[in-house]
Amino acid sequence: MSMNLHIKNGRVIDPANGIDAVQDLFIADGKIAALGSAPEGFTAERSFDAAGLVVAPGLVDLSARLREPGYEYKATLESEMQAAMQGGVTTLVCPPDTDPVLDEPGLVEMLKHRARKLRQAHVHPLGALTVGLKGKALTEMAELSESGCIGFAQAEEPIEDTTVLLRAMQYAKTFGYTVWLRPQDPHIGRGGVAHSGPLASRMGLAGVPVMSETIALHTIFELMRASGARVHLCRISSAAALELIRAAKKEGLPVTCDVGVHHLHMIDADIGFFDSNARLSPPLRSQRDREAIRAAVLDGTVDAVCSDHTPVDDDEKLLPFAEASPGATGLELLLALMLKWAHEQGPQTQDALARALAKITCDPARMAGLPAGSLAVGACADVVLFDPETRWTVNPAALASQGKHTPFLGYELAGQVKATVVAGRLAFER
Amino acid sequence: MHNPQLNKNGELQHLLTIEGLPKSIINHILDTASSFVGISDREVKKVPLMRGKSVFNLFFENSTRTRTTFEIASKRLSADVINLNIAASSTSKGESLLDTIDNLAAMHADMFVVRHAQSGAPYLIAKHLNDTKQNHVHVVNAGDGRHAHPTQGLLDMYTIRHYKKDFTNLRVAIVGDILHSRVARSDIHALTTLGVPEVRAIGPHTLLPGGLEQMGVRVFTDMDAGLKDVDVIIMLRLQNERMSGALLPSAGEYFKSYGLTPERLALAKPDAIVMHPGPINRGVEIDSKVADGPQAVILPQVTFGIAVRMAVMSIVAGSHS
Amino acid sequence: MPINSTETDFDAEALYRELLDQVRTGLAGKPDAAIVGIHSGGAWLAERLAADLGLQQRLGFIDVSFYRDDYAKKGLHPDVKPTRIEFNVDGATLLLVDDVLYTGRTVRAAINVLFDYGRPQRIMLAALADRGGRELPVAADFVGAHAQLAPGQSLALARGTNGQLSLTIEDDNA
Repeated sequence: MSMNLHIKNGRVIDPANGIDAVQDLFIADGKIAALGSAPEGFTAERSFDAAGLVVAPGLVDLSARLREPGYEYKATLESEMQAAMQGGVTTLVCPPDTDPVLDEPGLVEMLKHRARKLRQAHVHPLGALTVGLKGKALTEMAELSESGCIGFAQAEEPIEDTTVLLRAMQYAKTFGYTVWLRPQDPHIGRGGVAHSGPLASRMGLAGVPVMSETIALHTIFELMRASGARVHLCRISSAAALELIRAAKKEGLPVTCDVGVHHLHMIDADIGFFDSNARLSPPLRSQRDREAIRAAVLDGTVDAVCSDHTPVDDDEKLLPFAEASPGATGLELLLALMLKWAHEQGPQTQDALARALAKITCDPARMAGLPAGSLAVGACADVVLFDPETRWTVNPAALASQGKHTPFLGYELAGQVKATVVAGRLAFER
Repeated sequence: MHNPQLNKNGELQHLLTIEGLPKSIINHILDTASSFVGISDREVKKVPLMRGKSVFNLFFENSTRTRTTFEIASKRLSADVINLNIAASSTSKGESLLDTIDNLAAMHADMFVVRHAQSGAPYLIAKHLNDTKQNHVHVVNAGDGRHAHPTQGLLDMYTIRHYKKDFTNLRVAIVGDILHSRVARSDIHALTTLGVPEVRAIGPHTLLPGGLEQMGVRVFTDMDAGLKDVDVIIMLRLQNERMSGALLPSAGEYFKSYGLTPERLALAKPDAIVMHPGPINRGVEIDSKVADGPQAVILPQVTFGIAVRMAVMSIVAGSHS
Repeated sequence: MPINSTETDFDAEALYRELLDQVRTGLAGKPDAAIVGIHSGGAWLAERLAADLGLQQRLGFIDVSFYRDDYAKKGLHPDVKPTRIEFNVDGATLLLVDDVLYTGRTVRAAINVLFDYGRPQRIMLAALADRGGRELPVAADFVGAHAQLAPGQSLALARGTNGQLSLTIEDDNA
C-alpha cells in the first residue's frame, strides 16, 4: 500500500536533474511529491531518518536473469526479486533466454504478472528476436511488445544467417523496436572460455578472440545502415569494439551500448588458478581492455552499466573451468561495484559519485525508454537509500540471490543498501 | 595469490604444474630421481617409502602408457595402486568430479594421480581437498587438458640433464602441435626456469598458440631455420583429430614441412639429442630412421620417467602441512 | 678410551686407528669381505678402511633415506646421496660402517637396504663411536670408543679438506 513517506536528512543525489544536496524527500500516492520542503497538507505516515545515507533513484539494471520460467533449480523469481530489493534495483530488464524462451506473448504476460504480484522491482522483459532464439524465424514482435517486451534480443545465441538478422532488424525498424544484440561471431571463438591471449595460452584454455566481437560489430553496423534499425549492443568487452562503437556514434548510427559491471573491474588474470567464479561470458579480457572500458564509461561511449546478473548453482560452477557455466550473481553487487569505480577515480573527482549513479539510473532508463531513474516531482517513487561507507564482505550468507558465485567472493566492498522504495512502498529495509 | 601446490612450509604438497615452481624444487626432484634410477637394477626393485599408502590413478582421459608408468612407480615405492578409468562425458548425469573425489577419499586414498581432459581439473580437486581439510591427500597431475603435464616436463628435463649436463648453454627446439600440447607448455616452463637461454617453438601458424613470446619462446614456422645448431629436439605427437579439424590438410603435407628426417636432423648440432613423449607416429612427425637412430633417446626417457615419477610421489607424499 | 660429555673435541684420527686395528683383526681370514659405508660419516670411514685394508674393489655406499622409519613424520630427506653396491651381495660377508651408533634405527634401515640387494652370508658392524641409547636390539662388532653424552647433545663427524677426520660434541638446540 502506498503511503505518505518522508525521507529526512539524506544526501539526495539525482543525476537526471543535477541534484546533489542534503534535503528531505516527500512521497505520496506512489510518486515523488516534493523535494526540500513538504508539499501543502502533507502528513507523513512513515518517517525515515536518512542521515548519513545517500538517497538516489532506484537502480535501473539492463540485464538480470531471473531464471523463470524453466530454471527454477538455479534460482526463483522470489529469491532474485528479493536480491534486486537488497541491491537497490527497482527496475530491471531480463533477457529472453528462459526455458521456454520468451517468444510467446503468454509467457511474457505470465512473467510480468508473477513479478507484479510480488510488488518489488518493475520487470521489463526482452522478447526473443527469433523463435526459440534459433535464428531462423522472426517472432511476433508486435504481439510481444503488447504483452510488455521493451525490445528484442538473442541473448547469447548469435544469428548465423545474416539475411535473417537483416530481416529481423528491418521488421523491428518498421515498428520502432530496439534490437538488443551481443556482438559475437557465430563461429570464431565459439567454444572459447577465456580471452584469447598469452594467459589463455599458458593455461591451456580455449580462447575467444577480440575479433569475435569486432567482426560481429562490423556486420551489425552494415545491417544498421541498410535497415535503419536502432540497436543496443550488450556487454561490450574489448577496447577495439569500443573504438568501433565510438566511430559508429560519430557517424550518427542509432546505436547504444552497455558493459557488465564485472568487466569494469576484473581482467583475465583474475581467473587465477582456474577459478570458475571468473568464468563469464563475454570473458574477462586484458588490462588494456579494462582501461578502455573504464575510459569509455567516463566519456559516455558506454551508455549504461548493468549487473548481467546470472545465478549459477554450485553443481554448475564447481567444475573444471571450461565445463563450468558462465555467469556471476550481480544484483546485490551492482551498487557497491559502481561506488568502487567512482572511488577509484580519486578523491578530488567531484561528481564521480553522481556520474557513477547516472550510469545505473537515468542513463539506462533513457536508453531503454523506461520511466525510471529520476527523482523529479511526479516521477514514480522508486528510491534507494544506501550508506556509501558501510563495508560488507561478499559471501553466500550476505546474498539473497540463490546465485552465490561471483569473482568478488570474499572481497570486502563499501556501499550497502539500507532501504528500497518501489512505487512509494517501502519494499525493503535492512 | 597462494600457490596451491605448496603448503605453508613451502614444501611441494601437490604437483599440478611446473609453472611457478622454484628452481630449487625442480632440482630437488631431479636429484631425488637419480637416486631412484639405480633401483631398477637391483634384485628387489622396491623401496618401502609408500608402503601402506593407497595411490588412486584417476584417469578421466584414456592413457595406458602414462597410467602404467605411474602404476610401476607407485609399486616401486611399495604403495597399493587402484586404477579407475572414468570416461569423461559432459552429457552424462553421472557422479560429479568432486563427489567422486569425496567417495575415494573416504576409502582412505592417500594420493590421486589425475588425468583429465579439462585444463584446471586437478586444481579444482586440490582446492576441494584443502577446503574440506583433507590436507593429507595429495594430487599429482598426470595431464590436464592443454594446460600441463608436469611429470613429463620433469622427465624431459632429467633426460636433458643426463645427456647435456648444463642447461645454461643449450638451444632447445620443441616441434609440432604446440597449440594443443600440455607437454609443450610444461617443457617450456621447465626449460625457462632452469635457465635454458634459447627455447624455440617450431610449427605451422595453425598449431602455434598466441603469447608464446611472453612465455620466453622464439617462434619459427620454418623448420630448417628453427633446427639450426640446436642441442635438443623435442618432437611432439601430431594427433589424427587435428587433421580433420581444419588445422592441417594432411599427414603427408605435415611430414613434408615439419617431419624430422635425417636431413633435417643434420642441421642441428652433431651431438643433438632427439626426444619424444610418445607414442610416436612414424612418418608423420618423425622418420623411422631418426626414431631408431643413435641420437634418439626416446626409450631412455621412458626409463627415466619411472624414476622421476617415484621422486615426485615420494616428495609430495612426504610433505606436511 | 671413553669419551666424556664434558670434553668438546676428540682425536677422531686416534679413534679411527683403534677401530682399524679391531677391524683388521676381525676380518682376518675373510679375504672376500666387503665394506659398506652409510652416508655420510660412515662412507668416509669406509673409504679409509677400504684403502688401509686393501679392499678398494669391495667398497660400497648406502643412503638409508628411503628406508628410514620417520618418513611419515619428517618427509623425504632433502639431500639423498647415491647408493652404490657394485658387488654381489648374495652370500657375501659385509662390514657395515657408520660414524656414530645411537638408537640403532639407521643400522636397521641399512640392513633392509642390503637385503633388497640379495641375501648376505653375514653382516658385521663397525662404528667410530657408540653412545649407547639403543632403541632396537643392534650391537656393533667393532667400536672406536664408547661415549657418554647428555640428552640434547650429539656427536658429529666432519672431514677436512685434507681428509682429516674430526669428532665434536654438538648441542641439538644450537
